[in-house]
Amino acid sequence: MKKISGNKLLVKALREEGVDTLFGYPGACTIDISDELYKQDYTKVILPRHEQALVHAADAYARSTGKVGVCLVTSGPGATNLVTGLATANYDSVPLVCFTGQVARHLIGNDAFQEVDIVGITRSITKYGVTVRDREDLGRIIKEAFYIARTGRPGPVLIDLPKDVMAELGSPDYPESVNIRGYKPTTNAHIGQLKRALKMLGKAKRPLFLAGGGINIANANESFKKLVETTNVPVVTTVMGRGAIPTDHPLFIGNLGMHGAYASNMSVGECDLLFSIGTRFNDRITGKLHAFAQNAQIVHIDIDTASISRNIKVDVPIVADAKEAIEKLLEYVEPCDTAEWLEHIGEWQQEHPLKMKPKAGIMQPQDIIETMNEVFDEAIVVSDVGQHQMFVSQYLELNENKRLLMSGGLGTMGYGFPGAVGAQIGNPESTVIAVSGDGGMQMNIQEFATAVLEELPLILCVFNNTYLGMVRQWQKLFYGKRYSMTDLRAGAATRRGDEKPPKYTPDFVKLAESYGAKGIRVAKPEEMRPAFEQAKKNRELKVPTLIEFIIDPEEQVYPMIKPGGTLEEMILDC
Amino acid sequence: MQNRTMKKRGISLFVENQVGVLSKISGLFSGKSYNLESLTVGTTEDPTVSRMTIVTNSDEETYEQIKKQLNRMVEVIKVIDFTDLSVVMQEIMFIKIKNCSLDDKTRLFQIAQTYQAKVRDYGHDSVLLEFVHTAHKNTAIIQFLKSEFNAIEVVRGGSVGIEAITLPIR
Repeated sequence: MKKISGNKLLVKALREEGVDTLFGYPGACTIDISDELYKQDYTKVILPRHEQALVHAADAYARSTGKVGVCLVTSGPGATNLVTGLATANYDSVPLVCFTGQVARHLIGNDAFQEVDIVGITRSITKYGVTVRDREDLGRIIKEAFYIARTGRPGPVLIDLPKDVMAELGSPDYPESVNIRGYKPTTNAHIGQLKRALKMLGKAKRPLFLAGGGINIANANESFKKLVETTNVPVVTTVMGRGAIPTDHPLFIGNLGMHGAYASNMSVGECDLLFSIGTRFNDRITGKLHAFAQNAQIVHIDIDTASISRNIKVDVPIVADAKEAIEKLLEYVEPCDTAEWLEHIGEWQQEHPLKMKPKAGIMQPQDIIETMNEVFDEAIVVSDVGQHQMFVSQYLELNENKRLLMSGGLGTMGYGFPGAVGAQIGNPESTVIAVSGDGGMQMNIQEFATAVLEELPLILCVFNNTYLGMVRQWQKLFYGKRYSMTDLRAGAATRRGDEKPPKYTPDFVKLAESYGAKGIRVAKPEEMRPAFEQAKKNRELKVPTLIEFIIDPEEQVYPMIKPGGTLEEMILDC
Repeated sequence: MQNRTMKKRGISLFVENQVGVLSKISGLFSGKSYNLESLTVGTTEDPTVSRMTIVTNSDEETYEQIKKQLNRMVEVIKVIDFTDLSVVMQEIMFIKIKNCSLDDKTRLFQIAQTYQAKVRDYGHDSVLLEFVHTAHKNTAIIQFLKSEFNAIEVVRGGSVGIEAITLPIR
């Protein structure tokens, strides 16, 4: 048996795991791995311009392909720059395997150059993390990492690689099977519990499905649609669950929660059975806890035991993979008589439809997103975080051909653009659209270099209102319009009291052009459609197109529930 | 409705004997604001497995969460809830009583006999006692000795527990 180095075994493992794409940034501690990657052509290496963007790209690659996203960064700052991205992936259950370089074993603990305890730093934001201390453990640890990342509730795994371990010669074997005594994820639903849930569904007068991100992750959309259609039970979704059922489906009411539709939140308040699948009952959807769904019995299907009965006490807990549970349900489920209930919901929908108050001649976020709905038949939309994200989750049409990715749990500004890079790399044939604000866009703007050089035909929509709009909205509603720290034109000039701050900074169109991308500025409603059409056409040129939409800073996301308020206490409009 | 009564509860935890596992477990308690009354850890008959005894003061719901959170950790092999089990659970405690007069020392020997303590060390003005009792009883002994003597120094080992065979002690 010919011994090989750890570096060689790692590259071999990538191949065995079918890793066709790796997002990497080099450094002293990983230079030997870079060298091994240079000698092979199975795994394509992408070089984003910052490690945070790198891990977001790998994250969106994973979300959009269903594969495990793989990162390679160096020790110290390379590793610490992963932190936000790991937390983002951990919250939204995204399978990642991140390799970090580490100083040689004899230097660990010496405060060596570019040494940090990255496993310690990331312990609470990874599913699993480990430093490889023995060359002979390397293959097993990598094998386990991929298994842990993609099974159960998926999540990020970090493997820290001391440089000397990687240089050491050892076994060339990469294991074929995994056996971790402390990790045996449950996927099969308990039939007894499922039947109990169905019995309750059969008796309910006002049943409601609550669909979370777990349905999208488990790829259970088709079976869920069947379940909804068989039972005639209406559906509300969380922001992460949007698209669990096509948004134009007659039984789809809308999102619930802080910026949910009026009819959705009212339905949750009035339903007598809340049948929830794949959600954590985050505070953004529940509002005041003791008033949430207070008339309802609650069924909760989730793959993560710890997500059940944490925030909301449930009546029937079911630990299972969403798809397996739904498919089992389909074997036994019967139609429910919901005609009266649906009529009631219809009244709420008519009373307060989800719609922005129209302003004549002004281009509103809803118009932009609706135009997007019309121009594109298929798309992967990657949203950043802020007001635009809420507009997208309210108005974007989703179905079998249109999907939405975003940082839902952590709410990471700066996710949108690098996320779109990762999604486009994983789906070269798809139209990938990033929607970002002027704040979030600037958090990872350097990714223009990656996008242009990788010839990614992205469409980058920037909703520019010259403010950090979501925080500004809170300031407008709850802080007496004191726009502290949210004006993106503020600086020395405004501090001096000068009358005219710059109109906007930066000039996004020029910035795009400076990287070799295309830039279009849109200020009037009639310019929206031509801009999208142009961007669609530019895709043939294999360059990204940025469209900057000039938005009125006074636009607000409604409805809104005050933080800590109940779902029924919605602010509908100013 | 929700049961918010606070209660002391014990967990026995089998974990991988690996670097960082203790930190991960204690980090879970601090990160999620769970109470950690005591935690002991040591290896078992299998050198790759460590066993922890954790005592937490929490309500029913938080306790359920703690068990679930522990269970989902990759390094955790098994979680045993001691709440309704018959267990033997005791703690070692050393108390050094200082500045003793001759009379104090005589009393301390009587106290040691009464409380089944062992006299571990002895000097011209101090006595070192070893107690092995439940944590609850040890707390009571500290209170008593504190009220009777001027200067005492205490170190407690934290509870260790195992399922009982016939006779529970807790």
